Amino acid sequence: MSKYFRRKLFIYVLTFFLAVTIDWLIPRFMPGNPIQVLIARANLKAESAKVVYSYYMRAFGLDVPIWNQYANFWNALFHGDFGTSLWLFPQPVIKIILRAVPYDILLLLPAILLSWFAGNKFGAFAARSKWLDNTVSPLGYVLTATPYMWLGMLLAWTFGIVLRVLPFSGAYSYALMPTLSWIFIWSLLEHWILPFVSLFMVMFGGWAIGMRNMIIYELEADYSHYLETLGAPRRLIRRYAFRNALLPQITGLALQLGVIVAGALVTEIVFSYPGIGYLILQAIQNHDYFLLQGCFLFVIIGVLLANLAIDVTYVLVDPRTRTGMQGER
Amino acid sequence: MSLQVDDLTLYYQTLHGDVKALEGATFSVADGEIMGLAGESGCGKSTLANGLILLKPPMRFVHGSVRLDDEELPVWDTDRMDAFRFRRISIVPQYAMNALNPTRKIGKMTVELLRSRKVDVRSTLPELERRLDLVGLSHEVLGMYPIELSGGMKQRMVMVLSTLLDPSLLMADEITSALDVSTQKAVARMLVEFRDRRFVKSLMVITHDLSILNQIADSILIMYAGRLAEKGSTDRIINAPRHPYTRLLIASLPKVGVRHRQTRLTGIPGSPPFLLHPPVGCRFRERCPAALPECGEEPPFVEIEKGHYVACWRESGTDAEA
Ligand SMILES: Nc1ncnc2c1ncn2[C@@H]1O[C@H](COP(=O)(O)OP(=O)(O)OP(=O)(O)O)[C@@H](O)[C@H]1O
Ligand code: SF4
Ligand SMILES: [Mg+2]
Repeated sequence: MSKYFRRKLFIYVLTFFLAVTIDWLIPRFMPGNPIQVLIARANLKAESAKVVYSYYMRAFGLDVPIWNQYANFWNALFHGDFGTSLWLFPQPVIKIILRAVPYDILLLLPAILLSWFAGNKFGAFAARSKWLDNTVSPLGYVLTATPYMWLGMLLAWTFGIVLRVLPFSGAYSYALMPTLSWIFIWSLLEHWILPFVSLFMVMFGGWAIGMRNMIIYELEADYSHYLETLGAPRRLIRRYAFRNALLPQITGLALQLGVIVAGALVTEIVFSYPGIGYLILQAIQNHDYFLLQGCFLFVIIGVLLANLAIDVTYVLVDPRTRTGMQGER
Repeated sequence: MSLQVDDLTLYYQTLHGDVKALEGATFSVADGEIMGLAGESGCGKSTLANGLILLKPPMRFVHGSVRLDDEELPVWDTDRMDAFRFRRISIVPQYAMNALNPTRKIGKMTVELLRSRKVDVRSTLPELERRLDLVGLSHEVLGMYPIELSGGMKQRMVMVLSTLLDPSLLMADEITSALDVSTQKAVARMLVEFRDRRFVKSLMVITHDLSILNQIADSILIMYAGRLAEKGSTDRIINAPRHPYTRLLIASLPKVGVRHRQTRLTGIPGSPPFLLHPPVGCRFRERCPAALPECGEEPPFVEIEKGHYVACWRESGTDAEA
């Protein structure tokens, strides 16, 4: 068992190392010099531009050899330093990201968890009868096939522009400052509804369809047929099928939770919701490579943690993985 | 009479039409009898067994009747059949290796199954353990997941489970084919032991392997392409077969009963007909070395001597040569 986890851990560390290295490489080998962009925006004279340029190069640690930069990068990383943003210079990247993360969690955690629960329940329910299946399943397919962006715009248009009942831009009213007041919380909630609903609906369709298909597959599995020949009631057979069908859904859930910090890129853009997804867009538009790098780093960490969680969960719920480990001892 | 099947006809519904997998099956299994059921792959052996216990789409009941211990068995009504399943009729399915829920401990699954069937668990568990001892499984298997058992162990577990409530009839579908020769023998002996101890009243043993049947079966039923070809005592079938198909089968065996080599039913030229559009008349006609003009009509399954039935024009009517 411990050997199994040691090996897993080694793979995770290796993956992390490689992913972070690639994350570091990409901005450096992308065309265009970010400092130049920054200076160009400031509209300086040629001589002063030169001074400012060398100042910035030093400030961003770009004046040392490339391998040195790489070592410094890791060193800074272990001190929680993700570098400085160009777009919001001189704010540190980590601060900008940490400011955005709560919005992602606020939006995605409920959307993922609730759609997972509701979708699985609903899918299992649909697998139960032909009649339900014929009505519910097509709905699920339509929902999953709907692009987030399209549904988002549809909702924004219907409730924000036509009916004028809900705001559809930002995380709270632009007239407010974040404070712990009822007005602010109310505004937060109002702005949260549309992006939440658009995420929930699309994800719900996916979970429901997945569950329905898995259950039908499990009900046709040999062990289900054998129980039928033993006269076991439908209830018992369905319970087993549900449990076994849930395993792949757990994997899916963990993966979704892993990319939670990446935000819901498209949805956040449609609703100008200031999560990481929105930040990524801003970072790209403003050639802010350090911010982009920081965002991706968050995504990497999130995905790896989620996978680790899956591995551990599987060991707990699926005996097949457990015996696999015994064989390795 | 433990089991009495009359004119049982079962089709599979497919997009291309009905697959006539079993037609006009009429036979009986006496109390205490071990009946072997043999025939080439695809001749309808599993269809017959499944039809008796779990008849569900795409399988379709066409007509026929089944009696178990002189009581009508409502094979076409899956809800009413539930009362008979497990308690009166059971199967060790062809897929026994995958028959147990992979994510439940075997003991837990057994308890849940028994509870759901309203069987008193407390009084049944000691019997379960006794039977595990009998088939050489340690009680620890109850705390294990199916994947922790070898194929042979799973098979024995399923055998014990299927017979736990002492059914009148147990159908064992190809339970020896995935095992090595010595394990095959052990499993075959177990079946006899189960009968001798009255765990099951009678048995239907489905196999390709006639040498196994020669060792354990009291009678043998030979099927060909969805129809019964011949039924008789093991001795008569092995030593004095009357149906041309049975004769070819027996002849293709290397020294029946002496050698225990894995013997497959091969070596008859040609292949069985497709059951979507089976030929009219005798279904064996295309491959039969002894075909007659009248074979274009369906031969009846008739008793040519006590307990020996044959469906062949050469045997019915005139007294044919032995
Ligand atoms: N679900 C199904 N749908 C359509 N046809 C089927 C189905 N199951 C079986 N058949 C057909 O019914 C016929 C009898 O099949 P069956 O499984 O009873 O054969 P078998 O004698 O048990 O063969 P084997 O020795 O390979 O197990 C075959 O021709 C097969 O193609
Ligand atoms: S009925 Fe005719 S074709 Fe069929 S087995 Fe007998 S002799 Fe052969
Ligand atoms: Mg079969």
